[in-house]
Amino acid sequence: MNDVIGLAPWLVGFPLIGAAVLLLGGRATDRWGHWLGVAASAASAVVAFILMFRMIGTPPEERAVDHGLWTWLSAGGLDVDLGLRLDPLSLTFVMLVTFVGTLIHVYSVAYMDHDVDRRRFFAYLNLFVAAMLTLVLADSYLLLFVGWEGVGVASYLLIGFWDTGRPSARENAVAAKKAFVMNRVGDMGLIAAMAILFATVGSVSFADVLPAAGGLSETTATAVGLCLLLAACGKSAQFPLQAWLGDAMAGPTPVSALIHAATMVTAGVYLMVRSGPILEAAPTAQLVVVVVGAVTLLFGAVVGTAKDDIKKALAASTMSQIGYMMLAAGLGPAGYAFAIFHLLTHGFFKAGLFLGAGSVMHAMGDQTDMRRFGGLSRFLPITWITMGLGWLAILGIPPFSGFWSKDGIIEAAFVPVDGQPWRAWVFGSVAVLGAAITAFYMTRLFFMTFGGRRPRWTENQHPHEGSPLMWWPLVFLGVGSAALGAVLGIGGTFTTWLEPVVGHAEHHEPVLPVPAIITVTLVLVVLGAALAFRMYAVALVPEEAPRGSFLTRAARKDLYQDAANETLVVLPAHGVARLVQVGDRDVVDRGWGVLPLAVSWFGAMFRKAQTGYVRSYAAGMAGGVLVIAVVAWLVIQLGGGLGGAQ
Amino acid sequence: MDVTNYVVLAAVLFAIGATTVLLRRNAIVVFMGVELMLNATNLAFVTFARMHGDLTGQVLAFFVMVVAAAEVVVGLAIIVTIFRTRRSASVDDVNLLRG
Amino acid sequence: MTPAGLEISGGETVLFWVVAPLMVLAALGLLFVRRAVHAAMCLVFVMVSMAILYIAQEAPFLGVVQVVVYTGAVMMLFLFVLMLVGVDASDSLTETIRGQRWVGLLIGLGLALVLGGVVGRAAFPPGVGLAGGDPGGVANPQALARVLFGDYVLAMEAVGVLLVTAAVGALVLTHRRRLTPKQNQRTVAEARVKALSQGVTLTPLPSPGVYATSNAMDTPALGPDGEQVPQSVSRVLRIRGQERPAPHTAVALVENQADRGTEEES
Repeated sequence: MNDVIGLAPWLVGFPLIGAAVLLLGGRATDRWGHWLGVAASAASAVVAFILMFRMIGTPPEERAVDHGLWTWLSAGGLDVDLGLRLDPLSLTFVMLVTFVGTLIHVYSVAYMDHDVDRRRFFAYLNLFVAAMLTLVLADSYLLLFVGWEGVGVASYLLIGFWDTGRPSARENAVAAKKAFVMNRVGDMGLIAAMAILFATVGSVSFADVLPAAGGLSETTATAVGLCLLLAACGKSAQFPLQAWLGDAMAGPTPVSALIHAATMVTAGVYLMVRSGPILEAAPTAQLVVVVVGAVTLLFGAVVGTAKDDIKKALAASTMSQIGYMMLAAGLGPAGYAFAIFHLLTHGFFKAGLFLGAGSVMHAMGDQTDMRRFGGLSRFLPITWITMGLGWLAILGIPPFSGFWSKDGIIEAAFVPVDGQPWRAWVFGSVAVLGAAITAFYMTRLFFMTFGGRRPRWTENQHPHEGSPLMWWPLVFLGVGSAALGAVLGIGGTFTTWLEPVVGHAEHHEPVLPVPAIITVTLVLVVLGAALAFRMYAVALVPEEAPRGSFLTRAARKDLYQDAANETLVVLPAHGVARLVQVGDRDVVDRGWGVLPLAVSWFGAMFRKAQTGYVRSYAAGMAGGVLVIAVVAWLVIQLGGGLGGAQ
Repeated sequence: MDVTNYVVLAAVLFAIGATTVLLRRNAIVVFMGVELMLNATNLAFVTFARMHGDLTGQVLAFFVMVVAAAEVVVGLAIIVTIFRTRRSASVDDVNLLRG
Repeated sequence: MTPAGLEISGGETVLFWVVAPLMVLAALGLLFVRRAVHAAMCLVFVMVSMAILYIAQEAPFLGVVQVVVYTGAVMMLFLFVLMLVGVDASDSLTETIRGQRWVGLLIGLGLALVLGGVVGRAAFPPGVGLAGGDPGGVANPQALARVLFGDYVLAMEAVGVLLVTAAVGALVLTHRRRLTPKQNQRTVAEARVKALSQGVTLTPLPSPGVYATSNAMDTPALGPDGEQVPQSVSRVLRIRGQERPAPHTAVALVENQADRGTEEES
């Protein structure tokens, strides 16, 4: 392993160089810039493959390698060595990011074909890949934070990519800012966590912190865990920092696929799993993680049922699926492997679904309203089949990949923690319920797009399949959606693969027998799917959205999350700001205003003494001399008197 | 008769000179008041020189005279200039520099 | 408490008591006379008296310098400037600044009281007198010169520079740059003809005293119409208010003769 570890920096290096060349090269690179971007990403993927094969050939206990590069910071007691940590966990991520990233790069070449800024787009994509790889390869929280901010910047730049020349330019820019600001709220948590870790452990590198986590007091561990959870919530669009993800769909669809579905938004889950030892030392924080995951998974699922915009429905689905991962990450070692497993399969099928959605939009002239789709299966067969694979995968139908990972999570949720069966029942039920709702909204999405007896297109629509550059990535991702789960899931291959990092999980019995869980889940999933099929494939779908029930209207508005943020955070903040403004202007400024007033008043008073008559001044002088003479005389008299007394 | 009487005389003359400066408006008379004050101090100097048997007092009186002569030359030149431009020798007319 | 080493002769005492009150009176004159010239004369008197007192106080050199410099140079300069500025520069004694008179008097009185009080109450060391160790008797100019050009030679030089600077400064201050073209006889004549329409006479004004009963400088001339011509009297006299009005008799005489002339014609 150590002989190829030297390649690891090139994982980050290739896309970073690509981004630098594309950004600095300017218009000169316009003609071939996109291919450079693809090549940089592909080069990373090749390196990743080499490293993976070498790692598979290495005994499991030697698979985790820390590769120190150089001393980064040396400030007082804080010494941070910049280095990369290569272990099965990070390598899984590296594989996902580079492989899916490369596919999406290829897809983007065609998707962004007509965009004048394609070169800049690829520069940002490469920047994102580099930052994401920095994030997952970091061997300390500080370097992780660098990557964390890097992906945030790339995300911001790409959400607001179309910030000029389009009718929606302004909304895009606002969406980018919203994502950026909400992510900063989470970043505060990461910074606070680092500060606490440095104060208690004296280091922020994984090698020092994670083994020491068991020795932390429970209060400290809880504080660190909750701060990390805040960071994860911001990055992964988890409740209560979830509002930005839906708006982030303003970015080009490949961006939504890569950043806001497959990779960046799962960084929070990565952070949770990476910080596993800390969470394990803090049961309260773990419980909060599970609760956040459960709430988000239901939240996203409910929102997803009402969205008519195909990308927003997928975004809600992403939120919900990451909720599953967070729930699993909060369950301890038993859940970590499934969290990452689901993350991996989700990365494939959700990227496939997004790219499929992009393909549909491409065919329909950037239309995103599913009520104006319908009957597309005949015109977009490849998209139809690959998205179908993704649909089955996310539903969790065996043997598609989602089944292997999601079922693992549901089973893990049913395992009682600390001998508390109520938790198993509550979270298990939530997971199953979420699976049923997922089945409903994904089936709705699928059949509203491809099914239906009657197309509901707008005028002059001639849908057709895109270029091979667009559908080959779809095929790859479709195959992954279909087979990846089975390949890695049967026999617990993936769990074993991650064991060196997350530790071996003792097998606990769920509160229900495993076959019963699987059966119940599948029955509910099929019921949900059947209901959606009846409503959106058999019945006619109205072109205008019906008013709907209260719940539908609420879900369309993201369950009033923006209104809640507005009321709970923005308005009080405005109030405080106004208070400060008023205080500053009316109290502080006016207060200081008294000083010049007093000065000018005294000035006006003394001004009267300046008569301009030289004789008045002379009188003043002479009077002063007189006073001084009298005083001096008195002092001498008194002093003399005293002297005489002594 | 005491030599102190001379000093008292000097003090009285000085006070009269000062009062002249304060009360008269003709710049030339004001100037005369200043000269009277200078002469009064000279008398005191000379008296003290005699009292202490030290010629330094007389030397200082001498210097005062010389400086007073120089001052008179410049001061009167200023008065002449002002009179030439403003047709007035009253110190109250030159009061533009006021608050 | 006449000190032992300093005997004041009876003559000096008499001198002091004669001169000092006169000096104070003259100084007060500075305060109260209306005319600047009179004030200057008062001051001259004070300064000459001062010179006498200097001589009485064993400072003959200073006494001489006082006469030469002050009365001879400084006061002459004052008088010259008074002439330049104009004799009309007599000062009205009404006060224009409110309260200034009382403030000034108060300060003057206060100064006199405080200074006099301090001097009167001070315990001076026994007087020595300049004749102390010198058998020659008086503080002769040689002794003064020794001090002046010995200990104080640097100050002496500096004062010399000061005098030169003051002289140059006075020159600079009083120098007037010519702003108008120089007048010659032609321009003056032309200006006079031009001003004819504004009632200026072309011919020279009548001399004072013409047709008057007196030919003194202060008597205005009578014009052909028998009216007085004020311009005929010197401006200085007019401003001083020293012109003598033409006697009514003279005016009446002229009028009578004029009446008689008309009667004869009729």
